[in-house]
Amino acid sequence: MTDFGIGASVKRKEDRRFLLGKGRYTDDIQPNGLTHAVFVRSPHAHAAIKQIDSSAALAAPGVIAVLTGDDLSADGIGPLICGVTVTSDDGEPHKAPAHPALAQGKVNYVGDHVAIVVAETYAQARDGAELVMVDYEVLPAVTDTATAANPGQQQIHEVAPDNVCFNWPFGDKEGVEAAFASAHKVSSLDLVNNRMVTNAMEPRAALGEYNAGTEEITLHVTTQNPHVHRLVMSAFNQLAPEHKLRVVGPDVGGGFGVKIFVYAEELVVGWACRKLNRPIKWTAERTEAFLADAHGRDHVSKAEMAMDENGRFLAMRVHTRANLGAYLSTFGTMVPSYLYAFLLAGQYATPLIYSEVKAVFTNTAPVDACRGAGRPEATFLVERLVDVCAADMGMDPAEIRRINFIPVDAFPYQTPVVQCYDSGDYNAALNKALELAGYADFPARAEAAAVRGKCRGIGISSYVEACGMAPSAAVGQLGGGVGLWESAQVRFNPTGNVQVFTGTHSHGQGHETTFAQLVCDQLGVPIDNIEVIHGDTAKTQFGMGTYGSRSLAVGGVAIAKACDKLIAKGKKIAAHALEAAEGDIEFADGSFSVAGTDKAMGIGEVAFNAYVPHSYPERLEPGFDENAFFDPTNFSFPAGTHICEVEVDPETGEVDIIKYSAVDDFGRLINPMIVAGQVHGGIAHGVGQALLEACRYDSDGQLITASYMDYTMPRADNLPSFDLDYAPTHPPDNPLGVKGCGEAGAIGAPPAVINAIANALDVKHIEMPATPETVWRAAQTAARA
Amino acid sequence: MYEFNYRHANSVPDAIAAMQAADDGKFLAGGQTMLPTMKHRLAGPSDLIDLKGIAELKGINVTDQSVTIGAMTTHAEVAASTQVQNAIPALARLAGNIGDPAVRNCGTLGGSIANNDPAADYPSAVLALGATVKTSQREIPADEFFTGMFETALAEDEIIVSVSFPVAESAAYMKFENPASRYAIVGVFVAKTAGTVRVAVTGATTCAHRALRIEEALAGELDAEKVDAVTIPVEKMNSDIHASADYRAHLVIVMAKRAIAAASS
Amino acid sequence: MKNVELTVNGSPVSGEVESRTLLVHFLREHLRLTGTHIGCDTSQCGACVVHVNGKSVKSCTMLAVQADGAEVTTIEGLAHGEELHPMQQAFMDNHGLQCGFCTPGMIMSALDIVKRNGNELDEATVRKELEGNICRCTGYHNIVKSVQAGARAMGGES
Repeated sequence: MTDFGIGASVKRKEDRRFLLGKGRYTDDIQPNGLTHAVFVRSPHAHAAIKQIDSSAALAAPGVIAVLTGDDLSADGIGPLICGVTVTSDDGEPHKAPAHPALAQGKVNYVGDHVAIVVAETYAQARDGAELVMVDYEVLPAVTDTATAANPGQQQIHEVAPDNVCFNWPFGDKEGVEAAFASAHKVSSLDLVNNRMVTNAMEPRAALGEYNAGTEEITLHVTTQNPHVHRLVMSAFNQLAPEHKLRVVGPDVGGGFGVKIFVYAEELVVGWACRKLNRPIKWTAERTEAFLADAHGRDHVSKAEMAMDENGRFLAMRVHTRANLGAYLSTFGTMVPSYLYAFLLAGQYATPLIYSEVKAVFTNTAPVDACRGAGRPEATFLVERLVDVCAADMGMDPAEIRRINFIPVDAFPYQTPVVQCYDSGDYNAALNKALELAGYADFPARAEAAAVRGKCRGIGISSYVEACGMAPSAAVGQLGGGVGLWESAQVRFNPTGNVQVFTGTHSHGQGHETTFAQLVCDQLGVPIDNIEVIHGDTAKTQFGMGTYGSRSLAVGGVAIAKACDKLIAKGKKIAAHALEAAEGDIEFADGSFSVAGTDKAMGIGEVAFNAYVPHSYPERLEPGFDENAFFDPTNFSFPAGTHICEVEVDPETGEVDIIKYSAVDDFGRLINPMIVAGQVHGGIAHGVGQALLEACRYDSDGQLITASYMDYTMPRADNLPSFDLDYAPTHPPDNPLGVKGCGEAGAIGAPPAVINAIANALDVKHIEMPATPETVWRAAQTAARA
Repeated sequence: MYEFNYRHANSVPDAIAAMQAADDGKFLAGGQTMLPTMKHRLAGPSDLIDLKGIAELKGINVTDQSVTIGAMTTHAEVAASTQVQNAIPALARLAGNIGDPAVRNCGTLGGSIANNDPAADYPSAVLALGATVKTSQREIPADEFFTGMFETALAEDEIIVSVSFPVAESAAYMKFENPASRYAIVGVFVAKTAGTVRVAVTGATTCAHRALRIEEALAGELDAEKVDAVTIPVEKMNSDIHASADYRAHLVIVMAKRAIAAASS
Repeated sequence: MKNVELTVNGSPVSGEVESRTLLVHFLREHLRLTGTHIGCDTSQCGACVVHVNGKSVKSCTMLAVQADGAEVTTIEGLAHGEELHPMQQAFMDNHGLQCGFCTPGMIMSALDIVKRNGNELDEATVRKELEGNICRCTGYHNIVKSVQAGARAMGGES
């Protein structure tokens, strides 16, 4: 390990610009002649639009245009798409109602887009938007996940009877039923996975500019995947041909999934800037972000486990209702299906699993991926159910996990739910976590707390997740419309410094540093001479972007492959320059040398030589610039055990997290500092879901948690410092030996926290978020029992 | 935000004159509630009359009997004042726990009580300590000042000059925060002065109020156990996604007991 | 329209603004100092924190006209030439930032914390004092470490 290579906690190259206030986020960009957009949004959850009168708005000072769904469809700008097909139990593809970017006669959730108002200033656009008169005929709203598909409910979309998008059974139903029938014990649990608003700190924004000379649209947008945006907007929305559309994701202030999707505002801004031939910027206010960002989670489930007399898991059965919101977001169908049911084995050798997911439409914002996407829902269900199993069997929660773990010698392990886990040593992580958490001494701490009138609890969560999205063949088989390989280009400049172009996108993950470390390590170039470039379709080759903890596990490998090609090419150049046979050239530490001699040339010299090829033979191509694509052969399966210790004040229901210990397996760490930061953030996100964050609609479909006054974001004083350690294994499918780490904390944390509270109060279950009132009520019930 | 006329007032009469001349004017104190409300277009005054430049509305004056705080004194100034910390430590602590540090650097005592948010902290202190609100027109006893949700005894063109808090023998404030907004879900201020114990509650109902049932039960003594027998009328409690009525009623008791314990220690 | 004149990061500036123009918009749009961010509309996230006359304020909750005549310091005003301010350096050294969006507000708040609480800050104090700043990326773990380290590095300076 060098100071800047693989395994070093190199300080981040991207930090300086952010620390100086020189980051460049979408809203920071102010081209000459800029106009501002405000969207007229539906105040109703469900309504027919009788008429839109824009005349007063158009007469207001500064207002340039008011455009509606009619204008959009007249220009042939297509509806928003959902990219993954799920086949329902009737053999038909999921129901896919049209998702117009501006409403066509009907609105389906509060915040739905009705019109765009463009004005010279933001304030004028806002003033103008208030003057757009929309005549609504209000319809009854459907908001509740559990009952949306019940008979007699208001229909939202004609194409989706009973508001059902799909009903998706998966697994060996008969085998599971037989196992349940003969089981020693069946444990069951009803639980809700609470709806979340993702809340990246930078609100979404879009800036569209049209160059009438080149007929090119440039769209700066808060995206995690600029090429995906461009592809979708070109191929499906008819915004512009790909070569006439440039999408830039400049500095992006956090993603967590919510900036994957192609949203109405971005498409409409891109279209309107050409129509009006003016630069147009739209930036969401936080309230708009609450209303119209895709939300996350929102499942209502019943989970059951059949066990033998020793507490061994024989079979698991899951019924879930998943809320997809009013329309299908870009990957809405995939989250509660493939990203969820395929993780229901957890870390356990449960031989039989059956699940049924009924996905429903409601008059709420579309639901899509939010940090973890499907895996937090699966993990919460499995890890809560396992604790219930332990209680029912009178076993220690650690012990029931241990006897059911997939054994270390069983990897690669084919689960009964599609996924084949790459590597893992679940016992090692559990043991290390128990040690780190001081599990053995917990009873003494609980006793001491009891003296002070407090209830201590400790909770274990042994999670596994599937990330490193994703083998293209698997994605295709599952009904995905894309391949999920990644691309890289590694370019030496003649003076020996290196530009690395990646198809992934960094919005906090530190790729500019981690990827530079890979190149530094492999090519021996000083890290200061390496620049990682991403996020601009005009600069980088096509790539799939960043989500599903894929950037290093997939994108990093593409970079390494490009570096391999450079080394191979460099050997040819060095052989020519050093007058040696190519087979005699060795490469190490940035230097090409002739084996057994002292003849050598540095890789920088090779680069210069490649661009100044004064005496190259015909067979030797000039230039030192290679690209590579990597399509993984399997998902990546990080896993670990998180242990949370809480203290509950039974008088008020307040929960204090005393200690949080996490032991994870992320394979090989490239930059341990950055990895730890990802884990910290993930845990905080998961603790937020468990204790604080609740996205709530009332029965009329009004979002009653539409600001930070009512939606509780985790703050510094809600959290402790975290204790981290690692129990790495080697994933044989990944050429770098790495696993994804960005979502693990958000996946592992919620059950650890809730298991701890249930343990503290000695109750079977407590719903998330475990707010003080929820906990107080549970404490009251427990005290009475 | 709707556009408005901004007026910078240099004196109290200047401010009142500006208000009387305005169609629908509002006084601007620290702005920490007013400006967010206007940003959301929930308020659209024709004129904002900024009181920041009026010297006589600022400052803290402490005697053996009272702590008098100018209306435009910020929460941060009250929290950091060693004079207030010594005379009525509970008041300094209350001020130091309003909003967050940046909000405390702008938000003012006068702005807080004039707005009378049902979940604001200061009204409970004004009531429990039996403070007197001095305005441009008169002196208003605490018990007559807060008249309802976001309503006070103030006339449209009346400006709070200062608030005078009698120095208590002992006092304490306990706040159960809304985890999102950090306003009080329930806040209870307890003050003992010359044989009387006054208890005021904020956050629980539509308006901060004296908890007379608790005061009667205490009968002048700081004895937390006496609160156990008190029944809080659940039907008067606020109920929202953060706390239902019965939970709030329960919290009133818990916070009252904790405040009493803190005041008596 | 009103004319405002103030000192920003040591330099006199002026501009014509509507009464309703917020200080943050004046900084970002008139002065093009875009390091100060807007992350919410309810004065809670703290991405917009700047110093006005030496005190931290949320510049989304102050009118530009209210800052007339004031001395304003933003994130752009902290470094000495090429050299980062010790608090900025501490955030880099301790990985106290990820996406960078909340960072300017965190640092401006951190300086205010040091000013009021001194150079030796315990973890609980830092966590409590950061209640007006929201971060989604870091889980605050490394922000807290950064503020503590930055405070120490600032020595007697504040």
